[in-house]
Amino acid sequence: MSTPTLELRDLRVTYTVRGIDRDVLRGISFAIKPGESYGLVGESGCGKSTAAYASMRYLPRNGQIVSGQVLFEGRDMTSVSDAEIREMRRSAIGMVYQNPIAALNPTIRIGEQVAESFTMLGHGSKEALELAEEALKRVQIADPKRVMRRYPHQLSGGMAQRVVIAMALASNPRLLILDEPTTGLDATVEAEVLDLVRGLIKDSGTSILFISHNLGVIRSMCDRVGVLYAGALVEEGETETILQNPNHPYTVGLMRCIPRGGLHKRLAHLDTIPGTPPPLGSELPGCVFVDRCAIAQDVCRTTPPPLVDLRNGHFSRCHFNEQAVNLPRTVGSAPLQQKTDSSHSKELLTIAHLSKTFSQDDQEVRVLTDVTMSLARGETLGLVGESGSGKTTLAKTLLGIFEPDEGSIVTLEGRQLGKGIADRTAHEVGSVQIVFQNPDSALNRRHSVTRIVARAVEKLAGKPKRESEDRAQELLNSMSVDPVLHSARPAQLSGGLKQRVAIARSFAGSPKLVVCDEPTSALDVSVQANILNLLADLQANENVSYVFISHDLGVVRYLSDRIAVMYLGRIMELGAAEEVFNGPHHPYTEALVSSVPAIDGSPRARIRLGGEVPSPASPPTGCVLNPRCPRMAASGLAHKCTSEEPELREVSPGHFMRCHIPVEQLRTMQG
Amino acid sequence: MLKYVAKRLGLALLTVFVVTTAIFFMTNILPGDPATRILGNLAEPENVAKLRKDLGLDRPLLAQYWTWLSNTLQGDLGNSIQHRVPVVDYILPAIGLSLRLAAIAFLLTVPLSIIGGITAGVMRGKPVDRVITVGGLSAAVVPEFVWAVLLVLIVGVRLKWLPTSAYPGPDEGLLTYVYHLILPSIALVLVLFGYISRIARAGVIEAFDSDYVRTATLKGLPRRKVVNKHVLRNALLPSIAVIASQVPYLIGGLVAVERVFNYPGFGTILIKAVQYRDYPVLQSSVLIVAVVIVLAQLIADILFAVLNPRIRQGIER
Repeated sequence: MSTPTLELRDLRVTYTVRGIDRDVLRGISFAIKPGESYGLVGESGCGKSTAAYASMRYLPRNGQIVSGQVLFEGRDMTSVSDAEIREMRRSAIGMVYQNPIAALNPTIRIGEQVAESFTMLGHGSKEALELAEEALKRVQIADPKRVMRRYPHQLSGGMAQRVVIAMALASNPRLLILDEPTTGLDATVEAEVLDLVRGLIKDSGTSILFISHNLGVIRSMCDRVGVLYAGALVEEGETETILQNPNHPYTVGLMRCIPRGGLHKRLAHLDTIPGTPPPLGSELPGCVFVDRCAIAQDVCRTTPPPLVDLRNGHFSRCHFNEQAVNLPRTVGSAPLQQKTDSSHSKELLTIAHLSKTFSQDDQEVRVLTDVTMSLARGETLGLVGESGSGKTTLAKTLLGIFEPDEGSIVTLEGRQLGKGIADRTAHEVGSVQIVFQNPDSALNRRHSVTRIVARAVEKLAGKPKRESEDRAQELLNSMSVDPVLHSARPAQLSGGLKQRVAIARSFAGSPKLVVCDEPTSALDVSVQANILNLLADLQANENVSYVFISHDLGVVRYLSDRIAVMYLGRIMELGAAEEVFNGPHHPYTEALVSSVPAIDGSPRARIRLGGEVPSPASPPTGCVLNPRCPRMAASGLAHKCTSEEPELREVSPGHFMRCHIPVEQLRTMQG
Repeated sequence: MLKYVAKRLGLALLTVFVVTTAIFFMTNILPGDPATRILGNLAEPENVAKLRKDLGLDRPLLAQYWTWLSNTLQGDLGNSIQHRVPVVDYILPAIGLSLRLAAIAFLLTVPLSIIGGITAGVMRGKPVDRVITVGGLSAAVVPEFVWAVLLVLIVGVRLKWLPTSAYPGPDEGLLTYVYHLILPSIALVLVLFGYISRIARAGVIEAFDSDYVRTATLKGLPRRKVVNKHVLRNALLPSIAVIASQVPYLIGGLVAVERVFNYPGFGTILIKAVQYRDYPVLQSSVLIVAVVIVLAQLIADILFAVLNPRIRQGIER
């Protein structure tokens, strides 16, 4: 057997926090063979990134490797000299980071930064610049000379990640470590970056250590996968096996949290994992997962389970792994009962010919163009599209944060809504509310949880101070925020609890419509499942309508009744969730849907969008999608598509598309 | 970029105008009256009234303001009430002297505190860092006039290493001037060092904790190169703004230090002008101080924009 490229042997890492050494990695072991790609998954705080950085012996100032080994091609990285470590980083290991724009030096031009990777390998500065240009071409940057003259803040996230990849591959490394490389990127960009990495290292013999919380991404990239929980590797095996037949209660629970495979709020709640991960550095004498495990028994508290070899290199660290598959559900699977039938209830919100123009540097930029749609009571409208498509602008316009252009019509319950928030009555403001992506910045840090919600009750429901406190407690209780926590400040709460408080706040004025702008994208999947269940329950009980924005199509599909697909400020497709997902799709929707890596089932054929989203300041003539449209060339309508902007037409009852290609032709093309 | 500079310049002029206007009215509500001050408390009322009339102090305040403003705009700063000479002739030589002191203090402070701050940041948590941080902060909390007195007593009187008087008299060579100015400069450096070095240190530490320095380190660059190429430029940006913001403190320090070292500079004139209610001198002095401070801020803003591509391109767009 050949020497593994990277092997971790019983690696223990601690962080010193307030003078106490706390375990972050509790003795983890795995090995990556030459040419193999290995994924590490788990929720935040489980030690994924620490494992990645420890592999390069790069730990924060308060971190230290306590015991164990990191073997790179058989050499123990924990005991070699600093010079040797530098040499390995320079010539043998490449790294790609989350948040690529921050990973590049803001004051140095891209060309110089990429060239630096080559001068380090001993090339002259002129030669290094030429090699940098070559490297940027390899990562499919169309105009490398231009990009080289730019600074990081002038690049899109996807472009910056290509630059980082070019630097990481400069030395043709034998190991490439990717730490959440596509988190924060659009699904379409994510798919392209992953394609690129796959293509570049194919046949090169480079091994990969891939860190991600996204199981779909892991599935599309990795041969084998290790599941981390609280600093311990709880399950390991071939990716297919782990995702199809998980054998550890944590992995089983994790898979059930993820909205996928046609799951829908009307069919069942999502299952969740009860409780929260143990705090950093807790004493865990038995199994690390015992506090959240539904099949735990006494032995699990006292004795750490052994790593059980199931078959073909599938390992599970569980005393009762054979029972894991039958893990009882935490949340009942009974279908959700909506109090009032939403399909026949009357319309709540109508939007007609809504446009929004910003003026920027003496230039008119139209970010929303002629948006027309409606929303019924108790209905969820999912809003999807790449960043820059106008989703958030639409949401903010509904809320009155932005005032729409003249001629736009927005009515709630048949009455025209005030344009700006100042033109709206307290009742109207309370009727249309929002839940933000980041509850950290949306909640006042200085106020207690009760106070935050009570203030909203005072303002939006017009209740006197004393009553508002009671109502706030009531709201928080109905969001399952433990009364013990009602006097806590936001900083003392976990991300999921903070989001519950934010939801309680938005329900203070008995809203008719709540705009949810990426409410779960900063949360771990088990927490996300809880929040999605909560939103579904609230909707069933209060008959509230949602406009739900998310880049995660699985989440949108789970919660939405209808979906609007936006591109460059226009609605490209609008219809029932099933129809939009099952097709025939608008070519843009088709590309979006196909870019999401599937967790289960066979991988879909990728439909690519070329290039980047154009600037709304200079939209393409004709159909705005035409420069990137995956179906235009074969449709024989190219002339029409490039000259005339299509209308949003009804292709079947309740299903609208903005496309010149007839729906039957699309159906045939999409087979 | 030109447009940006023009805009900043316009704002700077406005600031100077507002400050000088404010000071014009503020000096006029100060208790005491120049005529009484000149003639003494026992002077005959009619003599005081006559002097007031000669000096134009009997006219309505707004009329006085108008005269002052139009004269100032034409470059005429008026005559010193106390010395009966044009203000320009009176304060220009003093400004020259103060500039020398300020320049030496600045030339010592900036490199010393930047180097000190960088060293502390790079050696974060080590004894060197502690000495620089604690030492700098301790020095800064002692007011400059206390330092000045201590330096005169210890270095000048007791040890006799350096002269205790900052002014060697006219007609001396440049080196003699510099020699005499070392001690007062040190008093100013001691006060400014702590703050500027602290910001430089914070900048270095922030850069070290950044993602791009992690990238540079994991590329395999040696630490020295990481510091020189990736840390310093980003770390020093905040220091530039802080250095400019220290200019007012420097001027304030000048006033106190000049007094202790018996240096006939601008600060000394300013104190006398307040004592004698010498309005034209006081107003002109404030005008000059305002111009200097605003100019320093303007230079810092432009330098900041030149060094920071984000701001620079934000401006150019």
